[in-house]
Amino acid sequence: MLEIKDLRVKLEEEDKQILKGVNLTVEAGKVHAIMGPNGSGKSTLSYVLSGKDGYEVTGGSATLDGDDLLDLDPEERAALGLFLAFQYPVEIPGVGNMTFLRTAVNSQRKARGEEAMSSTDFLKEIRAKAKELKIDAEMLKRPVNVGFSGGEKKRNEILQMAMLEPRMCILDETDSGLDVDAMKLVADGVNALRNEGRGFLVITHYQRLLDHIKPDVVHIMADGRIVKSGGPELALEVENNGYADILAEVA
Amino acid sequence: MNALLKSKQEAAATRLDSASLPAAAGWSKAAREDALARVRSTGLPSRRDEYWKYTRPDALTQADATEADVFKSDEPLVFDSFDRLKVVFVDGVFSAELSDDLALEGIEIARLAEAADISWASELYGTLEAKGQSPVERPLAALNTALATDGVLIRCTKTPSKPVSLIYRRDSTTADAMLHHVVKVEAGASLTLLENGPGAARLNKCLEALVADGAEFHHVRAQGRDHARSAATHMFVELGRESVFKSFTLTVNGKLTRNECVIEFTGDDAIAHVAGAALGDGDFVHDDTVFVTHDAVNCESRQVFKKVLRNGATGVFQGKILVQPGAQKTDGYQKSQSLLLDGDSQFLAKPELEIYADDVACSHGSTSGAIDEDALFYLRARGIPEGIATDLMTLAFLAEAVEEVEDDALKGEITGRLEGWLLRHSRA
Repeated sequence: MLEIKDLRVKLEEEDKQILKGVNLTVEAGKVHAIMGPNGSGKSTLSYVLSGKDGYEVTGGSATLDGDDLLDLDPEERAALGLFLAFQYPVEIPGVGNMTFLRTAVNSQRKARGEEAMSSTDFLKEIRAKAKELKIDAEMLKRPVNVGFSGGEKKRNEILQMAMLEPRMCILDETDSGLDVDAMKLVADGVNALRNEGRGFLVITHYQRLLDHIKPDVVHIMADGRIVKSGGPELALEVENNGYADILAEVA
Repeated sequence: MNALLKSKQEAAATRLDSASLPAAAGWSKAAREDALARVRSTGLPSRRDEYWKYTRPDALTQADATEADVFKSDEPLVFDSFDRLKVVFVDGVFSAELSDDLALEGIEIARLAEAADISWASELYGTLEAKGQSPVERPLAALNTALATDGVLIRCTKTPSKPVSLIYRRDSTTADAMLHHVVKVEAGASLTLLENGPGAARLNKCLEALVADGAEFHHVRAQGRDHARSAATHMFVELGRESVFKSFTLTVNGKLTRNECVIEFTGDDAIAHVAGAALGDGDFVHDDTVFVTHDAVNCESRQVFKKVLRNGATGVFQGKILVQPGAQKTDGYQKSQSLLLDGDSQFLAKPELEIYADDVACSHGSTSGAIDEDALFYLRARGIPEGIATDLMTLAFLAEAVEEVEDDALKGEITGRLEGWLLRHSRA
């Protein structure tokens, strides 16, 4: 589904190579996790895949079911079914959460040549999905992420994911800033979306999120490359011994 | 005599040469002659005046109106769906045919050009305008008092069942209109006044309003969508004890607009909010000039002006809060912000506070910035195309000004117009 080949990326503004040849394939129905120390390039990978400005691709490719992602605008990637759950969801004063989500859902439908979702259907669906994530009606009415707690922001990301029904979901440090209960709620939301047609790439520092979202494959990223891949046991190894041992081993 | 004043007086003399007091001036003759003398003495604004530093007054002071195409649209006009008493002017001339019957319980409306000597109006006409000439001269308002050919006198004694709606239609490409309205809201009454339409190729409009003790005056206006028109408008509002004045102005397009608002608190515990949302694209200069004088205790004033500018449009804000000695517990606030959608547009702001009392809270904030790139990316990453995402953020930026419209239905109407403008302009 998501195929990344020898992806090389530098910062646009300065001469700093962040990704130095990333190879990664996420199959439909699978959950891949990327772990790695700070500064290894994990978040950059998520931003480059979703189309954020400020990065320059110097080599390699990234495709979603064969479509070249790197040439597309962020909204076109989203319409193809790519979703990034942000590490730091952005607050947008003045734009209502409901307006935002309905515009997003219908923009994607339009881009795919599908009919717009009626207000009634939209309301029905968002209420049901919000309820599962314990997001109350008041939160839906508020401006996007404004005044939300850390946990509320992350739940709001998962709600967007549930409404947009992407094929390929990237979760960037979704566990950061969450207490155990909030993390479980978010993980339950993600698990509810797992199915045969959908791929996940879960970026995290810590193993604890992976207790709740069980990965099929775990990759370790360091200095802009994936240096080791393995099964879920690799995450436990990181938890027990830190990154140093693994990095020493591959060095 | 200095050279600047001399040239301004000469400009006034030239302008007045071709003008004469309206024949039917009648009861307003004394006020008009007084205003005429004031214009002759101050002269007309010049681009070298400090108060006109950012906006060139030439188009407003020259002898004739510059030709301006009439904007045509099949869309319904703003406020069309509202139940209201319509008072229609075409190119600055009252149209009885297009207007509703002017009878409405709680208010008396008379046409300025035809009114007999009404004592309340003759006491007010030109009075607030004259008072508003100090400490800053506003010669275009004095010119208006002297020469206005039409307008309405509205006295509200009891809250009417619906708003009064002044509609300014345009037919002629060269009409030069001068309208003067006088409003008096008597103690305890509440009046909502709507205004919409471009008025004329060139419009000079003056509104004097006295809001008595405990009265409320709500004012919502939309200045029409014509591109080439120019307008100079003045509002002079005096507020009595525990009274409320709330004004909101929407401006889209227009080559030149100067909206001056002069507010004076004369009674304690009163509230005045004046707000504006302006959207300019290309050849557009929009100037909000506000002067609030606190001369009473425990009054609240709030100015919220937002401008969205692109393709070389210019926005200007000059706002002043003057707190007189003894006006303790004053709560004065002014905010002027612009959203610059490209590097060609500019926003010029001059916020001023002058305070002679020691127990007051006054603040101002003026910002100018581009669209928040992080927020834009967030919206686009959810599949919202860049144009729509920009629109959403533009509406969000303007929302704080639109929020000043108290009535929800009117607020919705204004938001709808803004959305319409954005649709036409950004996704073309």
